[in-house]
Amino acid sequence: MNKKLVCILCPQGCPISVDYTENELGTVNVISVEGAKCARGEFWAREEVENPVRTVTSSIRVVNGDLPLLSVRTDKPIPKKRIFDVMNIIKNLQVNAPVKRGEIIVENILDLGANLIATRTVKRVNGEE
Amino acid sequence: MLNEIEVDVAVIGGGPAGLAAAISAKENGAEKVLLIERGSRLGGILNQCIHDGFGLVLFNKSLTGPEYAEIFIEKLLELKIDYMLNSMVLELTPSKKLYVANKNGYHLIKAKAVVLAMGCRERTRGAIKIAGSRPSGVYTAGLAQNFINLQNLMIGRTAVILGSGDVGLIMARRLTLEGVKIQAVVEIMPFPYGLRRNVVQCLEDYNIPLYLSHTVTEILGRDRVEAVKIAKVDENLKPIPGTEKIIPCDTVLLSVGLIPENELSRQAGVEIDPRTQGPVVNSMLQTSVKGIFACGNVLHVNDLVDYVTVEARKAGLWAAKYALNQLPEPDRKEITITLGENVRSAVPQKIIPGLDTSLFFRVYKPGKNKTLNIIVDGNKIIQKHCPSVTPSEMLKADLKGEYTLNAEKIHVEVCE
Ligand SMILES: Cc1cc2nc3c(=O)[nH]c(=O)nc-3n(C[C@H](O)[C@H](O)[C@H](O)COP(=O)(O)OP(=O)(O)OC[C@H]3O[C@@H](n4cnc5c(N)ncnc54)[C@H](O)[C@@H]3O)c2cc1C
Ligand code: SF4
Repeated sequence: MNKKLVCILCPQGCPISVDYTENELGTVNVISVEGAKCARGEFWAREEVENPVRTVTSSIRVVNGDLPLLSVRTDKPIPKKRIFDVMNIIKNLQVNAPVKRGEIIVENILDLGANLIATRTVKRVNGEE
Repeated sequence: MLNEIEVDVAVIGGGPAGLAAAISAKENGAEKVLLIERGSRLGGILNQCIHDGFGLVLFNKSLTGPEYAEIFIEKLLELKIDYMLNSMVLELTPSKKLYVANKNGYHLIKAKAVVLAMGCRERTRGAIKIAGSRPSGVYTAGLAQNFINLQNLMIGRTAVILGSGDVGLIMARRLTLEGVKIQAVVEIMPFPYGLRRNVVQCLEDYNIPLYLSHTVTEILGRDRVEAVKIAKVDENLKPIPGTEKIIPCDTVLLSVGLIPENELSRQAGVEIDPRTQGPVVNSMLQTSVKGIFACGNVLHVNDLVDYVTVEARKAGLWAAKYALNQLPEPDRKEITITLGENVRSAVPQKIIPGLDTSLFFRVYKPGKNKTLNIIVDGNKIIQKHCPSVTPSEMLKADLKGEYTLNAEKIHVEVCE
């Protein structure tokens, strides 16, 4: 099989063509990468076909905070095909203020090897500290 | 009652530009620095930009907007810089008097130097004229971002996004993750306006169709949006009859550009560049009014917050020097940069001879394998190869002071 990509790593924007095979289990094997003008781009294209990953950013409800929402992200990129699974967990989360930036909200989310962390500080407003 | 305050440097706006300018002014010797923000928190537009992609240049990390902002907010607090929240600057005079309103009343701030850091606002439908009645369900992309990311308000179930700027692309992904179906992103130009990274990670990842060379010709629906009519456009960007197509949706997001917010600058008599819609500044980021400096999106709409921070630090530095009476008197007149082939704008517009200057340019039309030339008195001082240029990405160049010390003319062009 073949996939055509445009490299997103630098302004050159090389058009890259990746030949690969995919077995019944969905395991992808890259055979060749062509068009990348540098090794970084070639590696990126290979990853993009074999195992594309993304950082997920979203927000969750927070009780007694100076904001109704706490913004969160995964501290490492996770497989692209698991984004919606992660979103399903995120949708049902709720925390109590105060929360500090960087605090772990969910450890090792869905066993993907990434933590879900707070990306802002939310102060407590109602009730005691 | 009018409360009077005297300060060395007053900074208007508490976004990334204002924060960095205030910090830098303080670090460079200005004792009384005051930052004034009309919103209820510091951080500006970054508060609602919960996606990552900030800080790649300065911190070599892909931070979210709030994380990036908090780094600077903490520094501001550490330096004990005074700030006012929920305080709107209503008037700025050429003599650097600021009239500020907040719940404690009306304040007069007398500043020795002022840094403009008011950011920009979004263009609205009125600015681009779409036919149809005025049903509810039409938002600017940034307003939708504010509702969803800060206020926990949902805006609809199915949406069409007009414009492919980064804000629109990022909202396409955000809404998809929240369960909203994005029917289409419609762009009038033949190329997407946002970064390629965003086209891939916000649209292609989720199979969201991008219609290039198309526009929304009509918004249908009486009380609430029911559909939009889109059409292909010709080379003159005019809709081609017979190519119309109706796409059902209950929400329309407009991502049709940002305009620097310069009402205060105009009041103060600051000269505005019609191309950037921001103040005309020199190598020190000083506007046409002495002692008033500008940085960030109020000066020119930036693509990267990291560059905003770098620019704002300079504005803060020179504002502090001005307040301390340490600004070197230029011995020669400033040189206005002349714009040549495919250069739409340059910031700063004026070079102080002998001073190192970081320059930003925008082009009119996209192209591949171009060269950015900076020509001083007929000599090509900088020749920079650009693999690809597009109006949505700024070009950057550093012009060393040694080349301009005795210069008469500085010209810039982007050509073959
Ligand atoms: C939706 C969106 C997505 C973006 N995504 C990215 C990205 O992924 N990566 C990246 O690097 N950059 C991104 N940017 C760009 C980046 O956010 C901006 O370049 C940066 O925020 C500009 O900073 P600023 O301080 O100039 O303006 P702002 O952040 O807009 O701050 C201006 C502040 O001034 C205040 N103000 C205005 N007028 C007054 C007044 N009269 N009195 C008192 N206060 C006033 C406003 O309330 C505001 O808080 C994005 C921008 C937007 C809008
Ligand atoms: S392959 Fe290398 S040179 Fe080409 S766009 Fe990617 S990073 Fe740039």
